[in-house]
Amino acid sequence: MATAAKAMDGPGQMLEVSVWRGGETGAYRTYAVPRLPSQTVLDVVTHIQRHLDPTLSYRFACRVGMCGSCAMSVNGVARWTCRTTVAKVAAGRRLEIAPLHNLPVVKDLVCDMTVFFDKWKRARGSFSPVAASGGDFAVVRPDSRARRAVDAGIECIGCGVCYASCDIVSWLPDYLGPAALNRAWTLINDVRDGAFRDRLRAVAGDAGCHACHTQMSCTERCPKHISPTAAIAGLKRATALAALRGEL
Amino acid sequence: MTAAAQTRLWLAQRASAAVLAFCVVVHLAVIIYAVRGGLSAAEILARTQGSLPWAGFYALFVVAVAVHASVGVRAVALEWLHLRGRALGVLVALVAAVLLGLGLRAVWAVYA
Repeated sequence: MATAAKAMDGPGQMLEVSVWRGGETGAYRTYAVPRLPSQTVLDVVTHIQRHLDPTLSYRFACRVGMCGSCAMSVNGVARWTCRTTVAKVAAGRRLEIAPLHNLPVVKDLVCDMTVFFDKWKRARGSFSPVAASGGDFAVVRPDSRARRAVDAGIECIGCGVCYASCDIVSWLPDYLGPAALNRAWTLINDVRDGAFRDRLRAVAGDAGCHACHTQMSCTERCPKHISPTAAIAGLKRATALAALRGEL
Repeated sequence: MTAAAQTRLWLAQRASAAVLAFCVVVHLAVIIYAVRGGLSAAEILARTQGSLPWAGFYALFVVAVAVHASVGVRAVALEWLHLRGRALGVLVALVAAVLLGLGLRAVWAVYA
């Protein structure tokens, strides 16, 4: 196995790459791409556009795993293509590259993220400061329980990998999804935020945290190793307590 | 249905799951105990007929099943049948009523 992988890493080998072409309807087109050492899936897509077919559309920006814009479905799994080496995913010298699942396709590998970010808004994902107290800065102890809960989820860069990996989103298109719920959980644990109850109301119910079946695809696939599942469990506890107190 | 009501349904399902965990363990333990002594309808009825504690236990079991299963079916119907609103409510009420009716009838049959 290791020998086969090593042989594939060498120059002169060719990759058979099927790439989704079209919009919501379309078909896979196959390209032969030379295999290079340390090649990423984004390198493969870039090679196709620059040398084989300039009409191919895809998105990327930073190329180093900071912006999250190059997320695509690689051999059926949502990944950041810039941080995914071909050696890791193309065991049989074949790659299948498609736009992210659960989002409308604009063209080829580009999907429309509008619905994804609209759900962040629906989940009250923006910071709402408590009414100006005119006092001092809020003191947040780094080792406090709330701050540690924020730390666990705050590094999300909104790439959409979790959203594309979530089966519940595909079954229930209204479902807010793991990223928006994770964002809401970080704000619920932010002592400087004043929209606690409104946010709990926004994330409760059939289209919110209670739709999650804890299948954990989001946690499995998150490139930042965040656990939206843990955030959603936190929201379930918080909303349940609020419901019992009649505050929801 | 409001988000608060949906949250209460979720809570009801979790609470009924806890009741079921207890009831299933007791039920299985009694089965194992009963089989060791030889299993017969007469022996079972001897234990349950006129016994308020057993009738109460199985009535609780039935109520927990009716709540747990109907809320679960609601989630399945939402996701897979895309039912909403009144149709969803009718289905859930129907499932709960059938389970409750059949279950309590069985409890009464071994008690009376």
